[in-house]
Amino acid sequence: MEQKNNRPFSTYVGIWLGLLMLTVLTVTVAGLNLGSLSVIGAIAIAAVKSSLVIMFFMHIKYEDKVFKIMLALTVFTLVVILLLTFADTAFR
Amino acid sequence: MNTAVETPVHTHKDHEGARIGMWLFLFTEVLLFGGLFLLYAVYRSKFPADFHYGASTLDTFMGTFNTIILLTSSLTMVLACASLERRNRRNASIFLSITILFGIFFLVNKYIEWSAKIHHGIYPNSEILQTHTPGESVFYSLYYLMTGLHGIHIIIGLILLGVMLYHVRRYPRRKVQLTNVGTNAVGIFGTNDETLWRHKEEETVETMNLELVYRSNEDITDTLMIKLENSGLYWHLVDVIWIFLFPLFYLIT
Repeated sequence: MEQKNNRPFSTYVGIWLGLLMLTVLTVTVAGLNLGSLSVIGAIAIAAVKSSLVIMFFMHIKYEDKVFKIMLALTVFTLVVILLLTFADTAFR
Repeated sequence: MNTAVETPVHTHKDHEGARIGMWLFLFTEVLLFGGLFLLYAVYRSKFPADFHYGASTLDTFMGTFNTIILLTSSLTMVLACASLERRNRRNASIFLSITILFGIFFLVNKYIEWSAKIHHGIYPNSEILQTHTPGESVFYSLYYLMTGLHGIHIIIGLILLGVMLYHVRRYPRRKVQLTNVGTNAVGIFGTNDETLWRHKEEETVETMNLELVYRSNEDITDTLMIKLENSGLYWHLVDVIWIFLFPLFYLIT
């Protein structure tokens, strides 16, 4: 670790503020009664929030390519499992 | 007068390998929770009305509050890592302590939430739930299972961070043997490095032997840093899982 992580504290505080704003947003959107859109909206906001945490707090943005590939592979696997099983049970 | 300085032994370690190992473990955690999210999705599509009703009985304020607590604890965690990388042991332990306090705070809120529900007779296989619809029963079972498993992860994370706090505060230490030093050297205890070497030069008639153990910011090793960073990764993952649990259980009503 050759002092690669000397990013200013303000970067992290900025990300944290963004996460708090997204939390307020997701609570507000949930109160709007948008029907089926609210599920998609809530999951989309959660996905953005988790990407912020993974990219900046967990430093994936600054890691080597191999970390990004492994992460993409895991997310892909998870999405495939979720979609295929869900498709199976939904049209049974 | 002789002095012998023992500096910590530096062994080469593959830090990228250590981080890859941690990430591989985290991926298995993602798949563990992924299976439960799948269960949630399938049962939700089967019992939409019951899930809507169930979610509306959960305390949205408490859920939001706990979300903010966990997000903030992630910030203090990353600041603890950044402080240690800036060779600031003191700030690192302060941020780490705040992170631990937030984690405990989260668990206390969870305890209040759970005990309120259990007090109302709503827990898996309770008599009240057996009179309700099967969908509602499934909702609360998943609620207890998923937030419970997440809570266990918080507890493990807290233990991990507690051990790291000990390490950041205590290790690595530098040991100095002082033989035949003047009695005025006793004054060096509890002071910084510069004082030590100033007293070294002085000699008096009365002499004594001393062993001095002290900690220096210069001695923060890469090994300590990778340990803290990997503990931080675990803590952030627990945060990421909560980011998904929160809207699914508390918001989508």
